[in-house]
Amino acid sequence: MDFLIFKAPMLMVQASLDGILLGILFALIAYGMALQWGVMNIINIAQGDLVILGGYIAYTIYLWGIHPAWGVIISPIIMFFVGWALYKLVINKVVDRDLFISILATFGIAIVFQQLMNFIFGADVVVAQSEYGTTMLFDNSVTLPNSKIFSAFISVLYAVALVIYMKKSRLGRAIRATAQNARAAKILGVDTEKVYAATFGINAALCGIAGALISITLTLHPYVGLPYTVRSFMIVIVAGLGNLPAVAVSGMGLGLFEEFADYILGTEFRIGAVFMLLVFILVYRRFKLSKKREYLK
Amino acid sequence: MNKLVKLFITSISAITLALVSFTSSFAKVEGDYIVLGSAISLTGKYSSNGVHTQNGYNMAVDRINKMGGVEVQGKKYKFEIIYYDDESNPKRAAQLAERLIKQDGVHYMLGPYSSGLTKAIAPVTEKYKIPMVEANGASRSLFTKGYKYLFAVLSPANQYLEVAIDLAVEKNGGKGVRIAQAFEQDAFSQDVRLGILDAAKRTGSEIIIDDKLPKELNDMAATLAKVKATKPDVLVVSGHTKGALTAIRQISEMKVDVPMLAMTHCDAAKLSKQHGKKSEYALCASQWHKNLSYKDKFFGGGKKYAKDFQKEFGYDPPYQSAESSAALLVFKDAFERANSFDRDAVRDALVDTEMQTFYGNIKFGPGGQNVAKPMILFQVRCKGDDCENRVVAPTKWASDKFYHPIPKWSERS
Repeated sequence: MDFLIFKAPMLMVQASLDGILLGILFALIAYGMALQWGVMNIINIAQGDLVILGGYIAYTIYLWGIHPAWGVIISPIIMFFVGWALYKLVINKVVDRDLFISILATFGIAIVFQQLMNFIFGADVVVAQSEYGTTMLFDNSVTLPNSKIFSAFISVLYAVALVIYMKKSRLGRAIRATAQNARAAKILGVDTEKVYAATFGINAALCGIAGALISITLTLHPYVGLPYTVRSFMIVIVAGLGNLPAVAVSGMGLGLFEEFADYILGTEFRIGAVFMLLVFILVYRRFKLSKKREYLK
Repeated sequence: MNKLVKLFITSISAITLALVSFTSSFAKVEGDYIVLGSAISLTGKYSSNGVHTQNGYNMAVDRINKMGGVEVQGKKYKFEIIYYDDESNPKRAAQLAERLIKQDGVHYMLGPYSSGLTKAIAPVTEKYKIPMVEANGASRSLFTKGYKYLFAVLSPANQYLEVAIDLAVEKNGGKGVRIAQAFEQDAFSQDVRLGILDAAKRTGSEIIIDDKLPKELNDMAATLAKVKATKPDVLVVSGHTKGALTAIRQISEMKVDVPMLAMTHCDAAKLSKQHGKKSEYALCASQWHKNLSYKDKFFGGGKKYAKDFQKEFGYDPPYQSAESSAALLVFKDAFERANSFDRDAVRDALVDTEMQTFYGNIKFGPGGQNVAKPMILFQVRCKGDDCENRVVAPTKWASDKFYHPIPKWSERS
């Protein structure tokens, strides 16, 4: 049973496409995490909860009778200000401290966000309907929900736009400068405080987009943020900071790995397999690093 | 001087002791009130069902009190409930149960919401020999531990979807069927799975896909792709509301054709409301439905209950509320038969319970589970864009015929 995938080649195609489409979405969330991790040296445990909040914004406009796809424009705008405010209220107090403090602070934020969402939106699982239909390939043996294709397309679009923005705009250059060396950037007249706030805002906006896409492809619930945090954390660990193509590849790779683990190891080991991979990669990295150190000696 | 201090301390402790023993021996019944206690999820992830449970309890308390209360040794008493919020957290629930019993002196408990929290509380009530009537913990493991003070008005989880397999076999001319199943990895869903395994063995059916979904997962695409490839006769899914909503979303989007789809938690997921026509033909297990013809003198029948509940709380009662109301009826009946407030007398009376309520017949098996009430199945049926749940099994209460097989997606508008 477990090796059904090798008997039906179409399943292989289905699994690959499902994995890649989902992976692109994860990569978007991971990109936001990599950005602020790189610039501010903060691991944001509340990342997944920002995603879910973005999803609830899209769900709210869906309840008002507006098509939830508009969420990919409205949600990031609102979330940018949420992120900005969060920076001014909490993050700026921990930004220069060690990593542990920032993990604690964002963990606290995550709990507050979960409870607030539960309070405002209720504890029910909700979905927004896009009514986008389905694309059928190979005589209906491979079916792809158009909502997933749409979400992958939007993710790529925003990611490309962000790369261009980071390269060309003033703020983008300031962010990159701060990431390289905050002190030097400050001396050269960059308002790093503003850069940090903007970075956190941009990250929250990316989460908002991802959340809006999740509301039409998967399900929303106030307490399902953590898996998104963990996944994006893994993607960033694998890809390294400040390397967008690597984030994209590692996101898709993770999606693929998960789907294939499902078929080969069984659904119950799907998430376990992802964690095993994380352990493996961390050990491998450490091993490589220690070799390098020896060489330096 | 020293003597005075000693005397003072002794008298203070004597008074405290007297007060404590006084309150704890009489707290169970204060004046005209029989005090029940319940830790319930008013916040946290179970809060919506926690509130349904609380509303069910409150509705029954009001009704029983209005209709004369509980008569014990010729005197009329009223019910009163002390609630605490367990924040959907099992540890907190156990602490609160302890507090209800030790500090508030409660001698009779009502259950919390969900199997997990009931499991956390049951050892506490058992330790203090406090009878607990619970209405929202269906996990089979609650009834195999030999608890003596636990009574559940609902059918255990393994019975949820057994009927569905019987129905599939019946439609297959009595021959075994090929079953694909996906269950979340939590106590409740795995109990439902055990029920299916039993039913499969009994009917000579074959299980061709048996996926266990991790709790964090909200994507079933891989399972459904397997279902597409293997074409089973029936697909069974259980994973709380998230599982039900994810399944319908992805089955409709991936155009998975399967002759029969059986699920749990369609009620709580408001499946027909959130997914509309896409959820049509889904078969759902339920503890209760308002169209059933059970009756009692407090609520009349199911329809009357639903109407009164709607008037009071502004929404249609889910089965979680109905079963919670039934728990109070069981307590009233037990108190009156015991004709005493002695805990063990009440417990013995509960053991002998055999009654009909608007929610169903209630008689407790040796493990404390209700053995007198079958599960029901309803099917989502739509007229235009208006979808509703119609009872299709057991046949005695069926308002509609079971629609089988589900038409292919290419033939559905």
